[in-house]
Amino acid sequence: MKSIIKVENLSYIYQEGMPFEKHALHNVDLEIEEGDFAALIGHTGSGKSTLIQHFNALVKPTSGKIYIYGVDITSTKADLKQIRRMVGLVFQYPEHQLFEETVYKDIAFGPMNIGFSESEVKDRVYEAIRLVGIGEDKLEKSPFELSGGQKRRVAIAGVLAMKPRVLILDEPTAGLDPAGRDDILSSIRALHEAEKDMTVIFVSHSMEDVAKIAKSVIVMNDGRVFAHGSVAEVFSRGRELSKIGLNVPQITQLVLRLRELGVPLSEDIYTVDAAVEAVKAIIRGDRHA
Amino acid sequence: MLKDITLGQYVPGESFIHKLDARVKIVLTFVYIIILFIIDQTINYALFTIFTAMLVFLSRVPIGFILKGLKPMLFILSFTAVINLFMTQGETIWSYHIVGSWSLEITKEGIVIAVLMLLRLLYLVIGTSLLTLTTSPLMLTDGIEKLLEPFKKIGVPSHEIAMMMTIAIRFIPTLAEETDKIMKAQMARGADFESGNIVRRAKAMIPLLVPLFVSAFRRADDLAVAMESRCYRGGDNRTRMKQMKATYRDAVAGAVVTLFCLVLIVNEIIL
Repeated sequence: MKSIIKVENLSYIYQEGMPFEKHALHNVDLEIEEGDFAALIGHTGSGKSTLIQHFNALVKPTSGKIYIYGVDITSTKADLKQIRRMVGLVFQYPEHQLFEETVYKDIAFGPMNIGFSESEVKDRVYEAIRLVGIGEDKLEKSPFELSGGQKRRVAIAGVLAMKPRVLILDEPTAGLDPAGRDDILSSIRALHEAEKDMTVIFVSHSMEDVAKIAKSVIVMNDGRVFAHGSVAEVFSRGRELSKIGLNVPQITQLVLRLRELGVPLSEDIYTVDAAVEAVKAIIRGDRHA
Repeated sequence: MLKDITLGQYVPGESFIHKLDARVKIVLTFVYIIILFIIDQTINYALFTIFTAMLVFLSRVPIGFILKGLKPMLFILSFTAVINLFMTQGETIWSYHIVGSWSLEITKEGIVIAVLMLLRLLYLVIGTSLLTLTTSPLMLTDGIEKLLEPFKKIGVPSHEIAMMMTIAIRFIPTLAEETDKIMKAQMARGADFESGNIVRRAKAMIPLLVPLFVSAFRRADDLAVAMESRCYRGGDNRTRMKQMKATYRDAVAGAVVTLFCLVLIVNEIIL
C-alpha cells in the first residue's frame, strides 16, 4: 500500500510571539495509507482538529511538511483548490454551515465552486444523497426544516459531492442521540465499503465507536502522536492509554485483565461478539483460541 | 484572521495598572483623553509622550501587542495625517501644480497640524487600549455600571446597559471563533472569500453570514433561557460576590494624573 498522506516533522504554534502563544502540534510524523479507515482519537486540546485542518491546507504549519499524493501542500505554489477537492473535510457540527434555500443548492455549493457543468453537478448531488441516505423528496426543502441528524447528513453530502479521495470527518457523531450515532457511523462504514479507494479519517472521542468501525487508530496526546497502528495494536496498550486518560472499550479492558490472570485469550479482541466467541472456544477446550 | 485583532483584548497581569479599581481607571482614561485634546504646546506633547510611555511600561503589556493593536488603525491615522498635510492654509513650503487653478500645497502649519493630529489619535488609541488591555471585560462593565448608578434617578438603566455590554463583549471571541470555523468549512467546500470584484466578494459572504446569523440567534436564545431558568430578573437588589474597593493605589494614581494635568494646564496658560 502506498501512503497518501505523509506528515513530516510538523509543528504548529497558535499566535506565535503573543502572550497567548500555544503549541498545538509538536514534531508530528505520520503516514496514512490509501484506502485506510483511520480513527483519530485524543482529548480536547490534544491537537486533533488542528492536525486535520492541515490536511487540506486550511492551516499552514509553523514548520514541517505535508505531502498529499506526493504533492507538497505546504509549498506556496500549491494549488489550494485542487487540494481541497482531493481532501474533503467535514467539520464538527457541519450542519451549522448550511446556508442555502434548498437542500439541493446547498449540496451543489461545493461542485459549483469547482466549476462543473449543471448536469455533472446534478449527478453528483444525487449520488451524494444516495450515499448518505437522504431521500430525493428532501431536495427541494429548506435545510433548516430538517431534523438534526438529517441536517448533518446533508452537510456531509455537501462534502461528498466534491468526490474527495480522502474524506476527513471531525467528530461526526458529536451531539447526536444513540440512534443518530449508530446511523451516522454505519453510513460512514457503508461509504467506505462502497468507495474502496477512498481514504477515511474520522476524529472521535469514543473508543467504542473506534472499535466498531475503524481499521487503524492514531492516538494524539498533548500535540504529539502517542500511538499509531491497527486497532488491535493500539488497544493492546490499554494500560498506557489509561495513563493519558483514554479508556479502551470495556470489553478490551476485561480481556486484558483476563490475560493478566492467565486466561489464554488473544489480545486483538475489542468487540463483545469476538470476546463471546473466544470465551466459548476456551470453554470448549480449545486452548488456542 | 479575526483572532489577530488585539484591539479591545484583555491581557491578564499583576501590574500596578492591572490592580487599579476599574472605576478609577475609567475615570482616569476619560481625563487622559480630555487633557489630550486640550493641550496644544509642543512641550506638552513631549510630556504627554513620556507619560504615555510610562503607562505602557507600568502596565507590563508587551509593546509588540500594543503595536499590533494599532495596525487596524493604520489607514485612518495616515489618512488624517495626509489630509491635514495638504489642506491646511498657511505659509507654503512646497507646491505641485496639477491643472488650472488646482495644485497640491504643503504648508508649514500643515506639517505641524498633521504631526499633532497623528500623535493625538495615536495616544487616543494607546490610552483606551491600555484600559481594555489591563481590565477584564467583567471588571470594566462592573465599573461602568457603578459609575452610571447616580444616573439611575433620571431613568438610565445602568444595570441593563452593563449587562448588555457584558454579554456583547463575552460573545465577541465566540463569534470570531465561529466565523473562523464557518469560513474554513466553506473554504473546504471550495468557497473563495479573497478574489473577484466587490460584487463577487459581497456574494461570497452569503455562505458565511447566513450560518453566522443562525448561530448568533441560537446562542442568544440559549442564553436567554439559561438566564431565565436561573431566575435572572434585572439588577434590583442584586449583590456582588466581589465588591469593588478603592485602595491606596487608586489614590496614588489619581494624585499622579491630577498633578500631571495641572502641570500641562499651567504650561498651556504660561506659554
